[in-house]
Amino acid sequence: MLSVRDLSVHFDGHPAVDGVSFDLPVGEVLAVLGPSGCGKSTLLRAVAGLEPLASGRVAYDGQDLARVPTHRRGFALMFQEGQLFWHQSVAGNVGYPLRLRRTPRPAAGRRVAELLELVGLPGYGDRSPATLSGGERQRVALARSLAAEPRLLLLDEPLSALDRELRERLAADLRRILVTSETTALLVTHDQEEAFAVADRMAVMRSARVVQEGTVDEVWRAPVDSEVAGFLGYATVLRGRPAEQVLAAGGTAARSVEVPGRAVALRRSALSRSSDGPLRGRVLAARVTPEQLRLVVDLPGIGEVHAVADPDAAVEVGHEIRLSVDLGRTAVLPS
Amino acid sequence: MIALATIPVATLLVFFVLPVGGMVTRGLWVEGSFEPLGALEVLTRSRTHRVLWFTVWSAAAATLITLVLGLPLTFVLYRLRLPGRQPLRALVMVPFVMPTVVVGVAFRTLLAPSGPLGALGLDGTPTAIVAAMVFFNLAVVVRTVGGLWEHLDPRREQAAAALGASPWQVLRTVTLPALAPAVVSAASVVFLFCATAFGVVLTLGGLRYATVETEIYLLTTQFLDLRAAAALSLLQLVVVTGLLAAAHLGRSRREQSLDRSSARSVARQLRRSDLPALAASLLALLLVLAPVAALVVGSLKVGDGWGFDHYRALGSRREDSPLLVPVSEALVNSWKVAVDAALLAMVLGCLVSVVVSRTGRGRRERRTLAVLDGVFMLPLGVSAVTLGFGFLITLDRPPLDLRSSPLLVPIAQAMVALPLVVRTVTPVLRSIDPRQRQAAAALGASPLRVLGTVDLPTVWRPLLAATGFALAVSLGEFGATSFLSRAEQPTMPVVIYQLIGHPGADNYGMALAASVVLALLTALLMAVVERLRFGSVGAF
Repeated sequence: MLSVRDLSVHFDGHPAVDGVSFDLPVGEVLAVLGPSGCGKSTLLRAVAGLEPLASGRVAYDGQDLARVPTHRRGFALMFQEGQLFWHQSVAGNVGYPLRLRRTPRPAAGRRVAELLELVGLPGYGDRSPATLSGGERQRVALARSLAAEPRLLLLDEPLSALDRELRERLAADLRRILVTSETTALLVTHDQEEAFAVADRMAVMRSARVVQEGTVDEVWRAPVDSEVAGFLGYATVLRGRPAEQVLAAGGTAARSVEVPGRAVALRRSALSRSSDGPLRGRVLAARVTPEQLRLVVDLPGIGEVHAVADPDAAVEVGHEIRLSVDLGRTAVLPS
Repeated sequence: MIALATIPVATLLVFFVLPVGGMVTRGLWVEGSFEPLGALEVLTRSRTHRVLWFTVWSAAAATLITLVLGLPLTFVLYRLRLPGRQPLRALVMVPFVMPTVVVGVAFRTLLAPSGPLGALGLDGTPTAIVAAMVFFNLAVVVRTVGGLWEHLDPRREQAAAALGASPWQVLRTVTLPALAPAVVSAASVVFLFCATAFGVVLTLGGLRYATVETEIYLLTTQFLDLRAAAALSLLQLVVVTGLLAAAHLGRSRREQSLDRSSARSVARQLRRSDLPALAASLLALLLVLAPVAALVVGSLKVGDGWGFDHYRALGSRREDSPLLVPVSEALVNSWKVAVDAALLAMVLGCLVSVVVSRTGRGRRERRTLAVLDGVFMLPLGVSAVTLGFGFLITLDRPPLDLRSSPLLVPIAQAMVALPLVVRTVTPVLRSIDPRQRQAAAALGASPLRVLGTVDLPTVWRPLLAATGFALAVSLGEFGATSFLSRAEQPTMPVVIYQLIGHPGADNYGMALAASVVLALLTALLMAVVERLRFGSVGAF
């Protein structure tokens, strides 16, 4: 089990990572999610032993790693652009950790073929990295990391350089491969979709600190504050009276949000057009997407909210419409 | 676009191809008939064999040692966060522009029986020559490899380390292969410079140890054996062209395979495993400092005491002086010549750079550009002695009678400096994304406006740096100038060579003082260039 305690890293006196603690049990995938510049990559590099710690400790299975250099930690690190070795073939890249370990040639060859099969690139061994697409390079980089049989795989924005469609497909593959190979992994990303698709647990980082940690489901259902909610993809955050009104419209007793300063976060689909919905408002904007019609609606007494409607609903800007509330798609925030 | 190249091409034809060609044909044609075999006879002489062998092994040994010392030094200066990194980089750069004659004098002072390292008994040995070559070329390795190493994405090495590679394994399996093109390119340029070294070998080797270059000089000036000299020049030309082509291949491969990290520095803190590299760097820095220190100390030594007498003697001419003019006048003359030569080299070099930095449309145009790029590198490797002597024998009759023209020396020096200017400016022009120019044009900028608003803001520093570089090279040029300068208007390197050629402690002391002055001047120029914070000066 990886255990990180009060870890801090400073750049020129400023904390880039500030007192971060978490545990990562064997076999699980933890995603550290945060906006760019929040210190998540630095945290990853500190775990890898590439950044000196200002304070705190990193331990694996109870062993403190402070004096263990990167190459003896038994981890593997995969970067955004894969960082393949250009002067070696695909098989040469994947077999690199095996050569470091002096694995006999036939065994290494078999292992490389197996790994290429696992990442969906069978028969690519003789290709040069330069001839591969971005997605293929990331698959090779993943195979190379897995060849090291790392006790912990560190992934630094592994899919961020890819285009959207490929990213979604590869995220599912990555999850399957990590589960199949029973790899413990620490993933760093700014893309919540990537985190949801790949990870079991999630830690949300903001300005050098971890502000929330839990299973993906826990974090998703109960973001600790409005900023985290916004980052996780909640479209609207309401406070005070408007929040109470929306919850009441959903059928909750208003008591639950009586505490002043409480807020409620709404996913876009928490409010949807329905002819008998309890809320009434005027459409300010409407945009067609393949799945749904995305609306911005001005609700009197509540304010502007995001909502959805069926794509074939004839809703135009200026129309008065009614909205219903799906409480399953809202989250009450503690602050 | 290619039309722009006509002026530099014409200049190169008249002032480079014509003299060198004239020199070569002079050797191959005897009384109007083509007799190459007669000239080739020189290649069968045992002295020629000795000279060839010495040229090859001394250059190879010097290249190897330069790499062994230079690579750790590059690592230390470009990848470690050390105090005083900038001044150290400038210091390492100084030898490269130090006049060859000055370097020769410095090493003689250091190694002479009465000198600080006299006990080693290295005076007049091949070891001294090789050491001087290493001294010179450390800068080439540091600059060429450093430019790449500084921006090499450290994450690839970190990925390897995380996969379990020890620092040594990372170096061997990741870093060195990534640097290989730059190392090969640097090694070929160093070998080229060593194999064509002139001033250093002439001052340190005398008649006993000659390279092809000094042999050409001796054959032309001492034995008047033009045929033999022509044969050696021709041989040198062929080998040099081959080497340049190899260096060019390495360079284009490097440009393709570069995936640089962002501009921010990737230097890291010192670690225990850096100790061997630090030790090697210390040795390299000592090699750079020792001769310079010996030179300065020697110039201040008057009889048994110390003083500035030798420096004062530079201002006037003694009765028994072997010189026709005071050294101070030679300094002024050197500076004037250098300004003319640098101006000429800059004008021509910029024209060439603008042309060769464009991406050609279609394969034929691209090939033409590649050939142009290569052709302007030729003066880098062709014996400056051949060039100088060629000037004398081809530019001596109308319509080109330049024997008495004050422009003769500047033109010859400009030819020598031209490749360095092109190599400095071209990469910068190439680094400007053509889409920026297109964007400016699309926004309504005329071609001149594009040049002024897109190219100029990027290149003005490199242009100034290249000018300083050309000035420094011109100030130290000796091979061609030794033929062309007139006794009443000598340049500093010529004066220094004359002074050490005459006996007497005063003459030698003056030579040292003059060397210090000249070295200071070039070091000052390089300091200005370094202040411009421009990395690729001297990167080939």
